[in-house]
Amino acid sequence: MMSLLTAEGLSGLLFLVFIGVTLAGALVATNARSLIRSVAGLALCFLGVAGLYYYLNSPFVALMQILIYVGAVCVTIIFAVMLAESSDLKRVTRRNGLVGPLAFLTSGILIWALAGLALKTEWRPAPCLLNRGTVENLGQSLLTTYSMSFELISVVLLVAVVGSLVLARVGRDK
Amino acid sequence: MNVLVLSNSLHTYLVIAALLFGIGLYGMVQRQTFIGMLISAELILSGASLNFMAFNRFLAPDPTVGQVFTLFIMAIAAAEAAIALSIIIAVYRNYKSIDTEDVVDLQG
Repeated sequence: MMSLLTAEGLSGLLFLVFIGVTLAGALVATNARSLIRSVAGLALCFLGVAGLYYYLNSPFVALMQILIYVGAVCVTIIFAVMLAESSDLKRVTRRNGLVGPLAFLTSGILIWALAGLALKTEWRPAPCLLNRGTVENLGQSLLTTYSMSFELISVVLLVAVVGSLVLARVGRDK
Repeated sequence: MNVLVLSNSLHTYLVIAALLFGIGLYGMVQRQTFIGMLISAELILSGASLNFMAFNRFLAPDPTVGQVFTLFIMAIAAAEAAIALSIIIAVYRNYKSIDTEDVVDLQG
């Protein structure tokens, strides 16, 4: 049994904290009554996932997760919540009351099936590693092997930004 | 089984990713506003990226593949969020609501 006071024990404890933050953030994001609270839960969940990425030997992706998701996506969603009203507070339920329990049941079965499959399968580790997966290797493969996809993603982002500006402008003069 | 060495096993990450996916799916069905559904979609996407990163760390012979793929997923998710939010703003301008039940013109 490993002691809590060693470095490994503390890092294991921190890992448990990150798991808790991730799951609690996800639950808040889906169950909170007001939209602003669920965006805050989403940001919390993304922070936890960034911590998990750090434990997966990729600090660069963890930083990108914080920068892009917490810094950009969540802030954009908050802007949209401010522009559109949050009608969750005054909503009247006009739909079947069975939707909530059925959704809970379906996602529970899916979680059980996926987790059971992940635990039962015998995963084989790679026979040898080509590199260590550091930031240098990542940059080299982004600019050599994956340079075409990299450029295509930039074009997709440009088109998305211009398209969203055009979409949000239509009907503004009304 | 020691709880403190969970971070070194593939199964932990796969179970967390399955939980994120399931919670996101639940929110997708249960939410009544477009922005809530977009938030749930982001949860599902982050579950998928976590799966990629876990397999990349434990099983892949080239440990940069999963990281590159996750970065691409992030870029696509940002583009998707921008487009979806501007569509939501356009819908709000026309219908004065972001409730999914209000935008059913063709319902019989």
